[in-house]
Amino acid sequence: MEIIDLTVHELQEKLKSKEITVEEVTKAYADRIKEKEGDVQAFVTTLEDEAVEQAKSIQKDIEDGKITGDFAGIPIGIKDNMCTKGVKTTCSSKMLENFVAPYDATVVEKLNDEHLIDLGKLNMDEFAMGASTEYSAFKKTRNPWNLNTVPGGSSGGSAAAVAAGMVPWALGSDTGGSIRQPASFCGVVGLKPTYGLVSRFGLVAFASSLDQIGPITKDVTDSAMLLNLIAGHDEKDTTSENIPKKDYTKALKGDVKGLKIGIPKQYYGEGINEEVKAKLQEAIETYKKLGATVEEFSLDIADYALATYYIIACAEASSNLGRFDGIRYGYRTKNYESLKDIYKNSRSEGFGPEVKRRIILGTYVLSSGYYDAYYKKAQQVRTLVKKEFDEAFKKYDVLLTPTSPTVAFEVGTKSSNPLEMYLADICTVPVNIAGLPGISVPCGVNSKGMPIGMQLIGNRFEEEKILNAAYTFEQEIKFRENYKPEFKK
Amino acid sequence: MSKEDYEVVIGLEVHAELSTKTKIFCSCPTTFGAEPNTHICPICTAMPGTLPVLNEKVVEYAVKAGLATNCEISKDSKNDRKNYFYPDLPKAYQISQFDKPLCEHGYIEIEDDDGNKKKVRLLRIHIEEDAGKLNHNEFGVGSLVDLNRAGVPLIEMVSEPDIRSSREAEQYLRKIKSILEYIEVSDCKMQEGSLRADVNVSVRKKGEEKFGTRTEMKNMNSFRAIVRAIEYEKDRQIEVLEEGGKIEQETLRWDDINGRTSSMRDKEDAQDYRYFPDPDLVAIRLSDEYVENIRKSLPELPESRRDRYIKEYNLSEKDAKLLTSSKYLSNLFEGALEICGNAKAVANWILSDISRILNEKELEPENIPFTAEQLAKMIQLIDKGTISSAIAKKVLTELFENPKDPEEIIKEKGWIQISDEGAIKEVVMKVLENNPQSVADFKGGKDKALGFLVGQAMKETKGKANPQMLNKMFLEELGN
Repeated sequence: MEIIDLTVHELQEKLKSKEITVEEVTKAYADRIKEKEGDVQAFVTTLEDEAVEQAKSIQKDIEDGKITGDFAGIPIGIKDNMCTKGVKTTCSSKMLENFVAPYDATVVEKLNDEHLIDLGKLNMDEFAMGASTEYSAFKKTRNPWNLNTVPGGSSGGSAAAVAAGMVPWALGSDTGGSIRQPASFCGVVGLKPTYGLVSRFGLVAFASSLDQIGPITKDVTDSAMLLNLIAGHDEKDTTSENIPKKDYTKALKGDVKGLKIGIPKQYYGEGINEEVKAKLQEAIETYKKLGATVEEFSLDIADYALATYYIIACAEASSNLGRFDGIRYGYRTKNYESLKDIYKNSRSEGFGPEVKRRIILGTYVLSSGYYDAYYKKAQQVRTLVKKEFDEAFKKYDVLLTPTSPTVAFEVGTKSSNPLEMYLADICTVPVNIAGLPGISVPCGVNSKGMPIGMQLIGNRFEEEKILNAAYTFEQEIKFRENYKPEFKK
Repeated sequence: MSKEDYEVVIGLEVHAELSTKTKIFCSCPTTFGAEPNTHICPICTAMPGTLPVLNEKVVEYAVKAGLATNCEISKDSKNDRKNYFYPDLPKAYQISQFDKPLCEHGYIEIEDDDGNKKKVRLLRIHIEEDAGKLNHNEFGVGSLVDLNRAGVPLIEMVSEPDIRSSREAEQYLRKIKSILEYIEVSDCKMQEGSLRADVNVSVRKKGEEKFGTRTEMKNMNSFRAIVRAIEYEKDRQIEVLEEGGKIEQETLRWDDINGRTSSMRDKEDAQDYRYFPDPDLVAIRLSDEYVENIRKSLPELPESRRDRYIKEYNLSEKDAKLLTSSKYLSNLFEGALEICGNAKAVANWILSDISRILNEKELEPENIPFTAEQLAKMIQLIDKGTISSAIAKKVLTELFENPKDPEEIIKEKGWIQISDEGAIKEVVMKVLENNPQSVADFKGGKDKALGFLVGQAMKETKGKANPQMLNKMFLEELGN
């Protein structure tokens, strides 16, 4: 197998046995980026040359015994909404086109502490708002399985880069499905941790009560390993929970005997593609075969989750994005005569249409006279959603649903219809609303060879259960061994 | 109708900067007067991706203020975002508290204009962050943003509209200032803006229950300006009503130079702040134990000191009240007393000469430049007969100008009292010789002439002669 086809845990074995060197690994990825970036367009900023230099110096430090650790010299890609000191953080927006953060996000610090190597900043929907990465101000990332289709979003660059072997793994962020949906579209594994498990410090905020950073990886083992690296309480983020550190790889037992799986029937109804449904049915059968008990139940409130999500997420976004005012950093219009002009024109020219749409929506739902009918009501529904999930987890260990109603769609087919784009999030948003962990793993391909993802949802801070369920399934169907992206044009 | 048929109704929103060492949501220092944009970091400049962490001292200080003003402390409180755009507000929202303030339903006791005790109710006290500052025209063009103050913690204390005169308003503010100083949560330096008030004023006909339409004057930071502004605004509103006009509810700017108010914002800009709970911060939950511990840690408040002064030092109620009206005066009193042990003398010096000089110089008690120890030493020098009261007044003036050890002052200036019998005799003889007429007057029964002679001797010695000794010696020499 080529270096770029290996998972991180496989790379680690070969590095340990000295079959390969850190330098060779980074070099292989740098070459792969050069080869594929033209087709895939996954990066906003590539750091291949810097990465190779860094790999050389790490290689030397390892040989000199100056640094140790299983992750020293492992490359990674980072979604372009996590701050990296000295490297541009654009959020794929004209607003931050030349913005260089003066500090590292907590997750980036953690990666640096372990001497991982940053291969570059990955493309996304502008400010993480979108489900296809088409709302990037800079480029449209393509799905490596079929270059005419989207990679999903908003972490489309991260998912596409992992699928294309341009990075061994990547960090994404998920506010309503932005890790899981692109992972599903690109046939890779995407984990959104429990809200509060990973520090948000340095993640450019979209919707603060929903955002969470998580791993996008080739397999479940890598997902658990990357989660080990980034999880943990951070004094700089008071919404991060102070819970004991865990080794998530220990949860990967490869056994689901007796596991109670709930199937919320609302996720299998209208609007879900038949081929997706069929693959999910197969997955259910696989779990039964492996000794899990599977039961259908009704999650009534799920129907309201999407509306609730768009109210809360847009409300928070309208406030979070206020700071992009052209005063201290970021884009400033050249066309102004007054302070009001600076605000109005900088924001009109700096933000793309989807971001503006959501700022306007969010401003509206928080306005006096509408607050009670929208924002307040949405918060009440949010409480109900949490309650219903709490009830479900009294009966089940994990819930199994499709990750997305469809496989990857063609570029340009939804970007002009926001409502249809919003529906792409319907299976993933309830998880964010309730603050739960969710993982998307590939469960097969459709008739056209496009990957289909399934989502396992766990109770708060029960990442171990969904990771083990995903791992056991992965061992059984061996998706990676059987399917590979073909870069169809 | 005349002016006397109306009464003024006043409500005050007082903003006090808390004297915590660091800002409310980051660890930048709060010290005043630094070079622009030197006390800033990614958090208080709202760099993308940064998050606030609530400074626990801010909660502690606000709870202290609440307890000292008889408030109920909320065990379950939260932070909200107040959204608006302005260049001094880097996040485009101020983190404040909307519907769940930390403290509610307190009161502050003042005296009304007839001298009766009166409670002004406090609706709430909440915590929030200060904004930065715009320096206009420093370089001729545009405005420059200084974010040193952005994120400095504030408490906002909102009164009910219980105040009925400018005098009451001033008393209320002085009382708040004094309390905050006593409990050491704010240095209340009005000229630095660490204590400022939004003043709401309306008028109504006496006996009427409904409030009139109010106007608001924001960010007032001197007692004098507040009193003048209230008086002006009261008269203006009455005039408008008397002429059959209507009061517009609006924000006014007080022009202290011309002594009048003017409209500040056009109504088009009526702000909708879109308050909502800040999702970056967890709820503030306080235990009973936490609140009780703070209650126990509160220092002695002015009322209690006042009563103690009356009881322990036999001071009059008026003097005790004046002394405790300011923590600085009260601490000066106690500090000097501890050293020199002469309560009456310390109180007299503070309430007469020191207060007079403060008035003349338009200074507040916190601006007194000398220490309690220096004051005590001065009093000890009088008690020992080293200097006279007359010299002491000069020493005090010097202490205000160039504070140092009074003993050093009198040595440097040569103000040591002459108590040497030989020297005094010499002066007395000289004065008697030069003023035969006064000597004759005295002998002829005019007692007043003695005063004149003593005065001449004082003049001769530049006030340094011991007055008791002079008196005695003149009488001896004049044969009495």
